[in-house]
Amino acid sequence: MSQFVFLYRGGMPADTSPAEMQQQMQRWMTWLKELGEKGFVKDPGQPLERGGKLVSGKQKMVTDGPYAEKDLVSGYTLVEAKDLAHAAELSLGCPIFTYGGAVEVRPVAKM
Amino acid sequence: MELDARFFRREAGRLTAALTRLFGVHNLALAEDVTQDALCRALEVWKFRGPPPNPSAWLMATAKNRALDVLRRERTARTFAPELGRWVETEWTLRSTVDALFAAEAIQDDQLRMMLSCCHPRLPEEAQIAVVLQVLCGFSVKEIASAFLETPAAVEKRVTRAKKALAGSKTLFDLADAGELAARLPVVHRALYLLFNEGYHGASPESAVRVELCQEALRLVALLLDHPSAQTPATRALAALMCLHAARMPSRLDDAGDLTPFFEQDRSRWDQTLIADGWRLLDASAAGTEVTAYHLEAAIAGVHACAPSARETDWGAVVRLYDALLALRPSPVVALHRAIALGQQQGPEHGLAAIAAISGRERLEQYPFYAAALAEMELARGERARARARFREALALARNPTERRSLERRLAACDPPS
Repeated sequence: MSQFVFLYRGGMPADTSPAEMQQQMQRWMTWLKELGEKGFVKDPGQPLERGGKLVSGKQKMVTDGPYAEKDLVSGYTLVEAKDLAHAAELSLGCPIFTYGGAVEVRPVAKM
Repeated sequence: MELDARFFRREAGRLTAALTRLFGVHNLALAEDVTQDALCRALEVWKFRGPPPNPSAWLMATAKNRALDVLRRERTARTFAPELGRWVETEWTLRSTVDALFAAEAIQDDQLRMMLSCCHPRLPEEAQIAVVLQVLCGFSVKEIASAFLETPAAVEKRVTRAKKALAGSKTLFDLADAGELAARLPVVHRALYLLFNEGYHGASPESAVRVELCQEALRLVALLLDHPSAQTPATRALAALMCLHAARMPSRLDDAGDLTPFFEQDRSRWDQTLIADGWRLLDASAAGTEVTAYHLEAAIAGVHACAPSARETDWGAVVRLYDALLALRPSPVVALHRAIALGQQQGPEHGLAAIAAISGRERLEQYPFYAAALAEMELARGERARARARFREALALARNPTERRSLERRLAACDPPS
């Protein structure tokens, strides 16, 4: 088994109703729980705050981040899978797709 | 931990009520934004490992911190609640003022203030109900529209208009003004009564939606019951009426979600706790001199609730209560129910005669249960062909598949068993 990171991009639309938000949360919890029970979750991960700073360049310019809402990384999960194809397959059940988000699946480099 | 399915919705109402008190009613939109923001954060954070041990406190703290940011940032650009005035203007008192506003009892009163403000007598009743559902119960415009079988645009228009009136009123309702409160209560009662009825008899084909509307009405009437100046005999009577009707909900729908006619309901499924609550409230409502329509309707529901079967019901008492209700609030629908009770007490011929004597009977002709009531009486006196014709009329008027299926079953019952 190898390790992969799921990077979640994009959030809920602003006009989501409270009941829909709760259903969405429930779907996420169910999805992560099922992956965990099958032994694919190394670490369920953490959410990331929306705001932040971007430090860049030789001058170490500090600017307010981020970025376009749809590209914003909103959290990550560390998973274990056979290979990249398997990891990508595991991401298919992620509820983020129902509201237009994306999952970036990245192999953790082996030392 | 497992959250109640209504948790986000209910918390949204509580937060918006508290935040509106803090920001002032003219900043309702800002309060709603802060609420939405707090709920979004909860979703983002909780989806990874589930909600914290005290999710309500977590949300409250998040909203409070956001509110403090907003107050500090916009203190010079905006005016906030006039009645809090200087308390939020200086850093010395800001945090303690905000903390006090987010205490449990304060939020209880905030919701009450908001409800009384939303039920402004100058707003049409359907606008009052829509804005209460949105602001206090956390329903979206789309959800309200689907519950009431209306277009989102129509509901949106109503809500916008109500919020404009609300924002224009400058301050939230003053709970300390006993005179104003007494004048406003009947308007609130009426709105909650209509909300409950929409849930109980409403047009939405989804029973889960209708149950939710009834539950919201019960929760909102409980806010009135908890406040010393709002717990009047009429409030208690209204609450009794809701409890005694809600008690029958488990038997109104069968396992397939179809309506079970009152006379065929399995009474062992009636909720005895709600019946006991209803009776207790009805007893407590018998104070003062005023007998409201809520008292009479609750008493009718009470007679049914304690009858072991439809046949063993004290129909004489039901007829007398309907007579009193008609004297107080004449309406063809009430007269129809009286006629049905009379038919049970004295036989279908008397029931049919009473229906024929209803003044304004033509106004009932679009109401499917009018034709259905005639059909039942024809069936009871053995006029199967007439009963069938009446059930077909009712079917043509049915408003949703649930009503249709229930009437189809009654129509089938007109055929003699082979």
